[in-house]
Amino acid sequence: MAPRLALSLLLQAMPAFAGEAPPGASSCLGCHSPARADGAIPSLRGRDPAEVAALLRAYRDGTAPATVMDRLARGFSEAESRAIAAWVVR
Amino acid sequence: MRVARRALAGLFAAPALAQAAPVVVVVGGGFGGASCARALRRNGLAVTLVEPHATYTACPFSNTVIAGLRPMERQRFGYGALRDQGIGVAHQAATGVDATARRVTLADGSVLPYDRLVLSPGIALRFDALAGYDEAAAEVMPHAWHAGAQTELLRARLEAMEDGGTVVLTVPANPYRCPPGPYERASLVAHYLRTRKPRSKLLVLDAKDAFSKQRLFEAAWAALYPGLLEYVPLSGGGRVTGVNLAAREVVTEFGNHAGDVVNVIPPQRAGDIARIAGTADRSGWCPVDPASFESRLVPNVHVIGDACIAGAMPKSAFAANAQARVCADAITRLLRGAPVPEPRLLNTCYSLVGPGYGISVAGVYRAVEGVLADSPGAGGISPLDAPPAFREAEALYAEDWFATITADAFG
Ligand SMILES: Cc1cc2nc3c(=O)[nH]c(=O)nc-3n(C[C@H](O)[C@H](O)[C@H](O)COP(=O)(O)OP(=O)(O)OC[C@H]3O[C@@H](n4cnc5c(N)ncnc54)[C@H](O)[C@@H]3O)c2cc1C
Repeated sequence: MAPRLALSLLLQAMPAFAGEAPPGASSCLGCHSPARADGAIPSLRGRDPAEVAALLRAYRDGTAPATVMDRLARGFSEAESRAIAAWVVR
Repeated sequence: MRVARRALAGLFAAPALAQAAPVVVVVGGGFGGASCARALRRNGLAVTLVEPHATYTACPFSNTVIAGLRPMERQRFGYGALRDQGIGVAHQAATGVDATARRVTLADGSVLPYDRLVLSPGIALRFDALAGYDEAAAEVMPHAWHAGAQTELLRARLEAMEDGGTVVLTVPANPYRCPPGPYERASLVAHYLRTRKPRSKLLVLDAKDAFSKQRLFEAAWAALYPGLLEYVPLSGGGRVTGVNLAAREVVTEFGNHAGDVVNVIPPQRAGDIARIAGTADRSGWCPVDPASFESRLVPNVHVIGDACIAGAMPKSAFAANAQARVCADAITRLLRGAPVPEPRLLNTCYSLVGPGYGISVAGVYRAVEGVLADSPGAGGISPLDAPPAFREAEALYAEDWFATITADAFG
């Protein structure tokens, strides 16, 4: 039982292919274009993941001004936000 | 750990990889299908997209075209970037699906085999739902709920109307494509009338009592269009049951309403190929697994976008694109024999209530008992008391979102 559980947890966490998004992350690209640098909504490509994670935390806590990011960031825990930040800056 | 690693090695040697390279066919080249084809290709899979039209005409922002604020050309997109990416594009309608043999038939009789099939056919308008409102009636009373000629027809009708005329706009019950879309349209038609034909009236007849971003819309209407826009909910007799073309009237249980311009948004269902493939249930929409978007009714067939039943997620282009990415990653895993993780998706829908005045609704979704549900504490609408700069920023973000989402889907 224990090894089976460990395996299933491992499989959930393991990316199955290069660049696979953690839960929730791929939706970010609907607004934050990795291709367009001139947008009113900033591209996150190349940003410091720690800085992006800190911003997500501030949006979640309501300490950074936002239009929509506060409403979205509240849907994720600190660990989830960090995983998203690490992926979305690629 | 050793056990796990050996098990993993076994999983990655699953048949799909060991044999010929797996093939995915995507039916429908709109926001869901085009985004999904591109994401699957980025994951290294062989993809064919089936879409009858050489040019896609986008619905988001088509309400600004109707209001004369934007040229139609900006709504049109081609498939050249998909071809350049190595996606096969067949400009055909899919006419049949053999889920046992895993084959799609196209209008010209050709047959495409698949390992996994994605359907993103959008909506079909139900021309059997309102008495007298059929395809011919839509040439007189446009729906403009598929962008293209219908958008231009409604625009032309508004332009031709005399000042002092009445515009009637009818809204269906849930579910339908773009829940806030009819109210954005009402706002922008009201803007056109106020600025160009100020003696005119807009009557909005709704088959329901509550709607998306309602308090934001109603506050904006009271501020921007007082005395011009009249909203009649279900409880006020707003449910339209039919049309009388000769009299240019819409019919409700409480009487008829005549309009110089009549815009009927009829009830809808999933695009026809969803039913033909056996993926639609009696509601007319397609139940799916929320992690993979695989049909609950037909194995190896995935349904995304407006056609699927996505629980709390609205039928939006943002949602179709978000589902496309999750579905593409799930298919890539399934073809490698790997399990599909718990899903998490976002939605953000902007509406314009006037130029430079944007409002939004957002949501974060997770699977609860097999259905996508709102994450508690997250999502919601723009603040009711936001200053003008906030509304201006959201109008700007709406434009920016459109540029990003269309670049992602069409390159
Ligand atoms: C007025 C209006 C305003 C809107 N505004 C917004 C907005 O601001 N934000 C937002 O997020 N959403 C908006 N939407 C909603 C958005 O347009 C839809 O949710 C989105 O288009 C859904 O994508 P889809 O892929 O499911 O369907 P579609 O984009 O409609 O694509 C379906 C495609 O499938 C093709 N097809 C159908 N049948 C077949 C077949 N048998 N074989 C091959 N191809 C087939 C069609 O030709 C079409 O190209 C708006 C909609 C309207 C009407």
